[in-house]
Amino acid sequence: MWVYEKKLQYPVKITSCNPRLAKYLIEQYGGADGELAAALRYLNQRYTIPDKVIGLLTDIGTEEFAHLEMIATMIYKLTKDATPEQLKAAGIEDHYVNHDSALFYHNAAGVPFTASYIAAKGDPIADLYEDIAAEEKARATYQWIINMSDDPDLNDSLRFLREREIIHSQRFREAVEILKEERDRKIFF
Amino acid sequence: MNRNTPVKSYTPYHSPLDPCPPIGKKFYSTPPNLYMGFQPYDLPQFPPKEALRKGTLWPAFYDYYENPYERRG
Repeated sequence: MWVYEKKLQYPVKITSCNPRLAKYLIEQYGGADGELAAALRYLNQRYTIPDKVIGLLTDIGTEEFAHLEMIATMIYKLTKDATPEQLKAAGIEDHYVNHDSALFYHNAAGVPFTASYIAAKGDPIADLYEDIAAEEKARATYQWIINMSDDPDLNDSLRFLREREIIHSQRFREAVEILKEERDRKIFF
Repeated sequence: MNRNTPVKSYTPYHSPLDPCPPIGKKFYSTPPNLYMGFQPYDLPQFPPKEALRKGTLWPAFYDYYENPYERRG
């Protein structure tokens, strides 16, 4: 069960009217390494991971939904007042023809979200390594979007999200160490 | 506090037959979590309000990102 707080995890402010940025951000919305994939991956894996790290997957999976909400807000704000002409100029007329300005879970290339993005092997180490890789890929995606974006306020929010990916990666790495055990075992020669 | 550099670079090989001008350096991030291992106890902390803005409580994990290609013009 979840408790919902009617506010964003971090403020989303956008200065420039630049619908093209929405085209990039949709990758983090419905892409393979996006926030939806991350949230569903962790909240699904947690049932079959050792007890010691279930709480970590629950916490991080929940936070990913908070990130998803921020991305949704960014995309919504960037496109809500755009005319069909502006959307065409931004290269998202395909999206407009199908969805108007409604959000949809697909990646930057228009490929719809699929459950095959959500790996679950059932092996704790394999799953946690998968999660570490997913966090690093999300971090990289945020870097590529920041590199393409010239909106300082949007970049501020994206930097926050990138920092959270770093922390999540750190916690998954620590989870691996916990499950490996024998960390403190002395080495005798 | 953070002894490791958060950005690394390399220069990819550029063949005389490559059609585009060379990009020069390619950059990649190596954020502090890669070097930390298990987080030690009692690391210095940001004040709470600053931590909420930065996305982490610990300066040791903070990695401000800037577009490394921007200065190329």
